[in-house]
Amino acid sequence: MITVLLFAHLQEEAKTSQIELEVDRITVDALKKDLAQRFHLSQLEHAMVAINEEFALNEDTIQSGDAVAIIPPVSGG
Amino acid sequence: MADQQFEILETPIETDEVIKKVERREAGAITTFIGTVREWTKGKKTLYLEYQAYKPMAVKMLKQIDHEIQAQWPDTKLAITHRIGRLDISDIAVVIAVSSPHRKAAYQANEYAIERIKQIVPIWKKEHWEDGETWIGDQLENVPYPAGKPEIKDEES
Repeated sequence: MITVLLFAHLQEEAKTSQIELEVDRITVDALKKDLAQRFHLSQLEHAMVAINEEFALNEDTIQSGDAVAIIPPVSGG
Repeated sequence: MADQQFEILETPIETDEVIKKVERREAGAITTFIGTVREWTKGKKTLYLEYQAYKPMAVKMLKQIDHEIQAQWPDTKLAITHRIGRLDISDIAVVIAVSSPHRKAAYQANEYAIERIKQIVPIWKKEHWEDGETWIGDQLENVPYPAGKPEIKDEES
């Protein structure tokens, strides 16, 4: 199982801050496409993905047990 | 927790407490950046802001910024506190304090820190206006991450 955290507009669009996925392995790219379709998330092409609090690339693989977060462009400060 | 150099708080920031974290006998200068909530942006009136953070990663990225600063300005000491939750106009959103033996490094490292916060620290703000609200992203209005992720300097694989 993979836990995916959502923030900012993605959280509002999905109406949840956390999604549990029943998969063992998935690439970052495939995860984005899956989430965009099932939860109608917008602008995912501009979002990054963090695996266990480290920024990941589209071709990286997420494994069961990883903590995944979708990170839209940040706006702190 | 008061002696943590990098913090995300849900309560008002005490600027003096952040400054105290970088005070030391070797310092000849302390620069402080105080980021506050602006009322008007491009003709639009903000009523209040809402900040959200991915807290553990945000703290980790603040430490990453410290790591980068130590590489570039070795004699500096850095402390950063960012507030999240609802903030009203003029409230303090972020305080960055840098001490160094000489002032130039303290100024430069401080500016570097705020620029990097806007690139790699997972914190988001939502603007609430009189006629609506929206989450703000990519404030620099450039292509956000051409490499697919923000550049992390001196990255450990």
